[in-house]
Amino acid sequence: MAAKTLYDKLWDAHVVRQNDDDTCLLYIDRHLVHEVTSPQAFEGLKLAHRKVWRVDANLATADHNVPTTQRARGISDPVSRLQIETLDQNCHEHHITEFGMNDPRQGIVHVIGPEQGATLPGMTVVCGDSHTSTHGAFGTLAFGIGTSEVEHVLATQCLIQKKSKNMCVRVEGQIPLGVTAKDMVLAIIGKIGTAGGNGHAIEFAGSAIEQLSIEGRMTVCNMAIEAGARVGMIAADDKTVEYFRGRPYAPKGDNWDAAVQAWRDLKTDSGATFDKEVVLNAADIKPQVTWGTSPEMVVAIDGNVPDPEKENDSTKRTGMQQALKYMGLKSGTPIRDIRLDKIFIGSCTNSRIEDLRAAASVVKGKKVASTISLALVVPGSGLVKTQAEKEGLDQIFKAAGFEWREPGCSMCLAMNADRLEPGERCASTSNRNFEGRQGAGGRTHLVSPAMAAAAAIAGHFVDVRELN
Amino acid sequence: MQKFEKLTGLVAPLDRANVDTDAIIPKQYLKSIKRTGFGPSLFDAWRYLDPGEPGIDHSKRRINPAFILNQARYRGAQILLARDNFGCGSSREHAPWALMDYGFRVIVAPSYADIFYNNSFKNGLLPIVLKADAVDRLFKETEATAGYSLTIDLAAQTVTTASGAEFKFDIDGFRKHCLLNGLDDIELTLQHVAEIRAYEQRRRQQAPWLFADKAGA
Ligand code: SF4
Repeated sequence: MAAKTLYDKLWDAHVVRQNDDDTCLLYIDRHLVHEVTSPQAFEGLKLAHRKVWRVDANLATADHNVPTTQRARGISDPVSRLQIETLDQNCHEHHITEFGMNDPRQGIVHVIGPEQGATLPGMTVVCGDSHTSTHGAFGTLAFGIGTSEVEHVLATQCLIQKKSKNMCVRVEGQIPLGVTAKDMVLAIIGKIGTAGGNGHAIEFAGSAIEQLSIEGRMTVCNMAIEAGARVGMIAADDKTVEYFRGRPYAPKGDNWDAAVQAWRDLKTDSGATFDKEVVLNAADIKPQVTWGTSPEMVVAIDGNVPDPEKENDSTKRTGMQQALKYMGLKSGTPIRDIRLDKIFIGSCTNSRIEDLRAAASVVKGKKVASTISLALVVPGSGLVKTQAEKEGLDQIFKAAGFEWREPGCSMCLAMNADRLEPGERCASTSNRNFEGRQGAGGRTHLVSPAMAAAAAIAGHFVDVRELN
Repeated sequence: MQKFEKLTGLVAPLDRANVDTDAIIPKQYLKSIKRTGFGPSLFDAWRYLDPGEPGIDHSKRRINPAFILNQARYRGAQILLARDNFGCGSSREHAPWALMDYGFRVIVAPSYADIFYNNSFKNGLLPIVLKADAVDRLFKETEATAGYSLTIDLAAQTVTTASGAEFKFDIDGFRKHCLLNGLDDIELTLQHVAEIRAYEQRRRQQAPWLFADKAGA
């Protein structure tokens, strides 16, 4: 049999039917649902008098709109409230399990899926959200879909898909001290660009990727979409198996043994070929900071804001000029001289327990700089929050002057009350620095949790490696 | 879904690479539970000088005269000319909904982000890929000629200028077929119910844990 990539294996195992053209009907094992991209899909279902095909394959939560303070009071914004009530109503009507706003298991959809073991190795996982690529971290085929496709999955448990090309991003060598999964993925995007993975499914491989914890792998796969790839994947290994052992939705007993055996094959065969390959050396990666309005506009902490005049491509040059104008930055400015107004530690990229531990270890015993008007920690889920509190991390953050909030998307996209005001500058552990993403006129710099924590203390960017 | 066959329409140029879906339709409008009404908020942060919120009267807002779509000569445009990686970022289908609601039926660009590209077809919005130099030429001609229009023929897979220059474009057969006939994907898939059931049965035997409920039986 011909050698297959991980993507080939996952794809082939889920083909229900090959159509006459190059599309397939692909079976979906897990569908995650949230309030923003589902209401129109449920409405479409109702209008066509269709039912949900396989109720137990769906799991829903409210995350994008939920307030991160005083939940007991409900949601004051009537538009947000209606959207969340609509989700509650739809899940109730169709008997779909939902972790509603006040459920202790509620959280960001991409945090709770793996946390519950509801997304497992070998599955196909979809959600009406581009960061569904996160779930690829354990040898899963996971990708974001639009609302029409949400309706399609609800109605048929399948999607009509065309296979992407295979791409491999290999990171080799020892990860330097103070460098995290976030820095790795930002460095990858800086190298291949935000369109570098368009049309491809990316497998992240190499010894540096293998060294990462499962949570770190999720951070890397989360941002595959920022490199243009709908799918990011990492082979399953022993760490993957250990991660899922005992999780609520994970298989039990004989099923567990059979599952683990099947998961052992979730890797690219030796000799399989990729359409595109990129190699990075882990030793070259330093803590990263974005300076512009696209995740590819990124430099190392010891670098400077670049000069558009040195860019030969005219469209790129204009893009850089527009970005500098929007960001209020001058070319040549050392990154460490950039002063911040707000700090956001959270989002589906970096809101899991290891992220909070990393940030807390930088913050411990120190104070947030007086020039920082707001420093937020928003855990990814209710269970992450509880765990962090058990470890006393909340106390460390609060003593330093951080606010400790309820779980949700929060200032990652500012659909709730947490946002930047025009002109405000933020060190954020999220994944998108687009114009207005964290609030109209707001300026976002993407960094790792440790870098965000260090910036909170200093009031400007600093190299975490120098704090150790 | 709305059919698409042939269209001759006014062209508007948006000369920026990596236009993301947050820019196409900002997050505050995503709170809507409807598919319609997003047109007035298309490119909201670029189009207006004041901040926009759902439910407000957009006709009373301060227009940004510097934004290209606000120029009188592009009013009523049905074809949007764009640069590389159009529609990157969030998967929000509100982006094609907003473009359609505004009046666009076609986008012409050198490349698109995958999810946006896919979402467009589901809504009868045709994203055409042309080579970068062809797109460049169209940008120059649009900017130089008031009332510049193009004719798009989906069946023939051509983009034709008023002066008769013709560009061929590629599109995969299934998408073309659905768009030409306004077909609903779900209806098509439900023709294969037996195959879906057979797959499920096979899979249930091979990998029963994928069908286990929370108890993980
Ligand atoms: S945390 Fe941000 S990127 Fe992640 S799902 Fe929520 S809004 Fe999207």
